Amino acid sequence: MKTIEEVQKDIVEEFAVFDEWLDKYEYLIDLGRDIALIDEADKTDANLIDGCQSRVWLISSRDAEGRLHFKADSDAIITKGIISLLIRVFEGQLPKDILSADLHFIDEIGLRENLSPTRAGGLAAMIKRIRAIAAASEEG
Amino acid sequence: MSFSARIRADFPILRRTVEGRPLVYFDNAATSQRPEQVVEMQQRLCREHNANIHRAVHTLSYEATEAYEAGRKAAQRFLNAASPDEIVMTSGATMSINLVANCLAWGGFIGRGDAILLSEAEHHSNIVPWQMVCQRIGAHMEVVPVQAGAEDNTGSVDMEAYRAALRRGVKMVAITHVSNILGAVNPVAEMVAEAHALGIPVLIDGAQGIVHRRVDVQALDCDFYVFSGHKIYAPTGIGVLYGKREWLEKLPPFMGGGDMVGRVSFEGTTYADIPLKFEAGTANFVAGACLAPALEYASRVAANPQAAEHEKALVAAMNRALASVDGIFVAAADAPDRVPLWSFTIEGVHPLDAAMLMDKMGVALRSGHMCAEPIVDRIGGGSMLRASLMPYNTAEEVEIFERALQRTVKILRK
Repeated sequence: MKTIEEVQKDIVEEFAVFDEWLDKYEYLIDLGRDIALIDEADKTDANLIDGCQSRVWLISSRDAEGRLHFKADSDAIITKGIISLLIRVFEGQLPKDILSADLHFIDEIGLRENLSPTRAGGLAAMIKRIRAIAAASEEG
Repeated sequence: MSFSARIRADFPILRRTVEGRPLVYFDNAATSQRPEQVVEMQQRLCREHNANIHRAVHTLSYEATEAYEAGRKAAQRFLNAASPDEIVMTSGATMSINLVANCLAWGGFIGRGDAILLSEAEHHSNIVPWQMVCQRIGAHMEVVPVQAGAEDNTGSVDMEAYRAALRRGVKMVAITHVSNILGAVNPVAEMVAEAHALGIPVLIDGAQGIVHRRVDVQALDCDFYVFSGHKIYAPTGIGVLYGKREWLEKLPPFMGGGDMVGRVSFEGTTYADIPLKFEAGTANFVAGACLAPALEYASRVAANPQAAEHEKALVAAMNRALASVDGIFVAAADAPDRVPLWSFTIEGVHPLDAAMLMDKMGVALRSGHMCAEPIVDRIGGGSMLRASLMPYNTAEEVEIFERALQRTVKILRK
């Protein structure tokens, strides 16, 4: 299985082929359409990450080896595309590796603006939530 | 040169590009851009006249005070207030409303069991300050619906409901001149007259209205009118509270500090006369001074006979552009009198996605609940897109907006 660093490298390489912003966003939209959705029943307030403009639900589970698995959904499609990248990076990783990861791919694929607090797609809030889940899971 | 091209030339920022394309700035209801005249004043204050106002006898302090007071006088002229004493300089419309809500409560003008009348389409700045005061003193808010939605979409306050609420007995009316979501002009003169007939004072939130409509507070006869400088060519951090002299004189001060006092001792303090009674601490005198060139600029633009024609043309072009998208819902689409501001939703398109793609095409729009959650929740499912224009916007920009919007919808609906 690939490390967080290796998955980030893969993503950066995939995005390197896009010269045009539109191609990049269309790819994100496609990723958003392909994301493994979560059940309506799991769209609870507890699983909601409240960015102010789009809603994101995130659920996680831990397997016997202690690795974390994530599923997510959002009402905005580009947000979904972005979160699918995040999930790809963290999927099946150990909590300690999630906590120590340096997330550089966001910057490198030109989505840094989505980290700003006004980009209420809430990428920063998603990362915070994933880290909180990892931290709780390490303690537990 | 066309009317808008001439105005445009005064705004250095409108020459910049976004993502390699000419900027189409359609988020003016959030903040407007500043003309050269305002930028120049801001710089001149910092370079040549920076000193604290109302205090020292030295030359710089005198010059800074003069410049700040010129800003107050400009606001007085702009609103046609009877005296500059009736113009309180605040940090913005938000502070102006907080001041009135709190001082009315502290002065005992509203109290336990009283009701404050608001419309459903108020900005958070004209909801939350009242809500906080109500919770503190045991009063409540009486919310009047607006005619917006699929059935009745004129965007105006429901006047029947308004009259009924007045008759049920409220202590204060706080209503927006133009909602930042709907863009429809409320019949404020009629609303003031009806409230006054029952002896009820009225505050008008003019944050959007002042930008696009002439306001004469004496003719309107409202008790308070508030607005923010930054939405009408001035810098951020300065706003205006117009209050009738009798109200400002009987309200207690809002904040304590320097500049708002007569004499101070540990036994007791006397307060300055209005308006300084409400201006504790060092004022934002740089931004305050900039109100003069900003409001003079707004007056000059409005006085141009081509201004109304230009606004009408922009409104017609935008109405056409929006109608060209199928599955679109435009808030207050049937408004008989609207300012150039539209909020809308598009079937199958999340406003956030659309705003992000539009930005990539150089078009700056607003998305989300836009600080008016109650109305956006009801008519827009919690999130809408908004385009808001100023006189410096052009018909060509509306065409760019239209093409970008159609392209955005195509991408997102694919």
